[in-house]
Amino acid sequence: MATGIRDKVVILGMGCTRFGERWDAGPDDLMLEAFIEALDDAGIERDQIEAGWLGVFYDEQSVGKSAIPLSMALRLPNIPVTRVENLCATGSEALRGAAYAVASGACDIALALGMEKLKDSGYAGLPERTKGSFDDLWMPSYTAPGAFAQLASAYSTRTGISMDDLKRAMAHVSWKSHQNGALNPKAHLRQAITIEQALNAPMVAHPLGLYDCCGVSDGAACAIVTTPEMARSLGKRDLVAIKALQLAASNGVESGHASWDGSYTLTTRTAAGRAYAEAGIDNPRKQIDLMEVHDCFSITELIVMEDLGLSAPGDAPKDILDGVYDRDGALPCQVDGGLKCFGHPIGASGLRMAYEIYLQLLGRAGDRQLDSPSIGMTHNLGGIPIRNIASVSVFGLAQ
Amino acid sequence: MSERGILAYGAYIPRRRLPRETIATAMAWANPALKARAKGERAIRAWDEDSLTMAVEAARDCKLAAFDAPANLVLASTTLPFADRDNAAVVVAALGLDERINTLDMTATLRAGTAALGNALRAGDGSSLVIASDCRDARPASPQEMQIGHGATAMLIGGGDALLARVLAHRAISRDLVEHYRAQGDRFDYTVEGRWLRDEGFLKLIPETVQPLLTDAGINAETIDHVIFPCPARVAGQLCKSLGLTESALADDLITQCGDTGTTHPLLCLARVLERARPGAKILLVGFGQGVDAFLFEVTEPISDYRPRLGVEGHLERRREETSYLRYLAQQGAIEVDWGNRAEFDNRTALTALYRHRDSVTGFTGGRCGKCGTVQFPSTRYCVNPDCRELDSQEPVSLSDIKGRVKSFTEDWLAYCPNPPLQYGNVEIEGSGNIMMEFTDCEPGTLRIGMPVEMQFRIKDVDKRRSFTRYFWKATPVEET
Repeated sequence: MATGIRDKVVILGMGCTRFGERWDAGPDDLMLEAFIEALDDAGIERDQIEAGWLGVFYDEQSVGKSAIPLSMALRLPNIPVTRVENLCATGSEALRGAAYAVASGACDIALALGMEKLKDSGYAGLPERTKGSFDDLWMPSYTAPGAFAQLASAYSTRTGISMDDLKRAMAHVSWKSHQNGALNPKAHLRQAITIEQALNAPMVAHPLGLYDCCGVSDGAACAIVTTPEMARSLGKRDLVAIKALQLAASNGVESGHASWDGSYTLTTRTAAGRAYAEAGIDNPRKQIDLMEVHDCFSITELIVMEDLGLSAPGDAPKDILDGVYDRDGALPCQVDGGLKCFGHPIGASGLRMAYEIYLQLLGRAGDRQLDSPSIGMTHNLGGIPIRNIASVSVFGLAQ
Repeated sequence: MSERGILAYGAYIPRRRLPRETIATAMAWANPALKARAKGERAIRAWDEDSLTMAVEAARDCKLAAFDAPANLVLASTTLPFADRDNAAVVVAALGLDERINTLDMTATLRAGTAALGNALRAGDGSSLVIASDCRDARPASPQEMQIGHGATAMLIGGGDALLARVLAHRAISRDLVEHYRAQGDRFDYTVEGRWLRDEGFLKLIPETVQPLLTDAGINAETIDHVIFPCPARVAGQLCKSLGLTESALADDLITQCGDTGTTHPLLCLARVLERARPGAKILLVGFGQGVDAFLFEVTEPISDYRPRLGVEGHLERRREETSYLRYLAQQGAIEVDWGNRAEFDNRTALTALYRHRDSVTGFTGGRCGKCGTVQFPSTRYCVNPDCRELDSQEPVSLSDIKGRVKSFTEDWLAYCPNPPLQYGNVEIEGSGNIMMEFTDCEPGTLRIGMPVEMQFRIKDVDKRRSFTRYFWKATPVEET
């Protein structure tokens, strides 16, 4: 049995652009903005980076294929660069590539950069793209909100919690993230909202209203990783170590087998189990101090509280309404505003989550700094509930 | 050679009904004469229906499984979606019929349906599935807009002892009397004065055909129990008088309930008669359109044991009123609605992929695992059951007639759909599998978890740039009838 990569890789530096409708910035500008901050934070020379991973989801409308655009924008010295894409887990996938390169000893310093330039599409929401030549023939012409909205009807049926009560808990999820986003200067959406606003917003995909949906944003985030030894040799004192990086991909059970009831994400459960084992966590609700989860929609955040083993089955709405996951609650979630308000430039999101955990663990989170957290978790859910990639990552202060 | 006749029949009428009053209210400013015609309602196709999908549903209404595979399939329509692609072959694939079948599209006249019926009755061996389906468009405020309805009828024609009705005689004449026409590529008919059609067409050509038909068959006109004429009721009454037919034998022309369904209409009226006819009853059926087809049928004993799935009666009962004239216009393409940038999506179909997956996509064939029994779609080499995952264990299974159960759903206002919201969700199939499908013919706010659904052959997407329509199956809530 593999021992995993716990504590074998640390973060040398990170950067993250302001997220939002960045009419001023193209893909190269976003990559550079995140990279320059990370390089500065790492305190190294650009040529010390030995390999790079670029995460971009919609290559069709921003940089095109491959990671050559990364190499060109950053003028990297012909090092190997690889473009990765794993739906909304793309940013975490880029980090996994860089971390594994370092953990394997293949290189000392590696770069992971996630970027998405969505707001060149010309319309609101995510761009419409083909689902593949066979799936286009039969799958519904779904949108992301429509695909995730179905979690609500299935969850309500499984738990017996009425749709009205569920909507109230979902509204709390969004209200909380707006409260948090208002404190974050890099967040896309910085205004607080009321519960009533969330409940009465125009319907996007029943039962998801406008405020149940995350921002569609431009942005980039970047991590430079190395070994703990190398970091110390470079004079770094406080180190954030990677405790676990786990991924789980659907194999068709959710989309094709009746054993899945449509009310949860199978892959999150699997990835979380593996991540907790790799990180040595046996009581996540006690041991984890903060987390950034994939709140593409309020209902997603709600149900993954159970999939991550944090709320007991059927208790997520109650825990949410009790404020457990608020910034001042027992287990703060989306302290930076989350996908909901920080925004969701798809390829960048996994690294953006890691960026917040990194800042919080190092005490550099400004107005939204929590009281000395030591373990943080990130979670992505790429795809849609019937077909997805879940990633669960755990970060902690190196001993 | 044994006698031939009708072995089975089925019908399809779209759920949506547009009251003629709604048309008159909207358009009488342009044509006050509409008010006088504002009685009853017309059946109108949903955005995802056309002559092909309705043809498939009419054939499914026949309960074909009880019969030998037909040797021929003829699709009659003046509104086929493809001018050069065997539309009938799509029906064969959707019905999962044996591919060793002769297929033919018959078109270009409102008589195509009865002409196809005549050909099938004359054909020597084997049975023929004759399907007539039409969904003609009409200009707003035109008399046709009031008159036309959409629908389909299917009839299985053959020989043997199990005939529901045997043909006694059949005659046809061809005459290029053009009181309306539609040129290739045009959407609407061009019509001339109806009185000319009445005097020179109906009142002359029909007797010219029917009189010798009765003489040939040696049948006294008074003994005919059901008469189906392709003309307005008043003209039909005149014809009865001139031909010596009993006026009370005139069959319900269904104009009030669903409108004139074009090529389909004589067959639809015949199906309606067969639903109530007793053994021994004689039926006169007449089709019209640049000529006349006339038939005499005699109903036989097996009629008592045959029921289509829903038939004309069941479909007429299964109605939903269209309250918006503008929505009707938009869905038949008469007005262009701004569907936003999302509708620009390039829906190009990979025809190679469609061909490889034709059984799955057109035929809705899934797989049943021989080891664990899981029914799955699409069928793949490894079983989807996480506790099985057996290789090459699946046998093809038709999913078109299975019942499903709604597991989750949404009403999506963001996705492009010509009748928003786009409704879709997970459907549990046979208690073992799952498919995320679109729901059709269901009003927003009516879906519930656990609701039983049945499958319908529908338009999946339209590629406007390349004028290609692609089809797949959708789920619709099972209605109590």
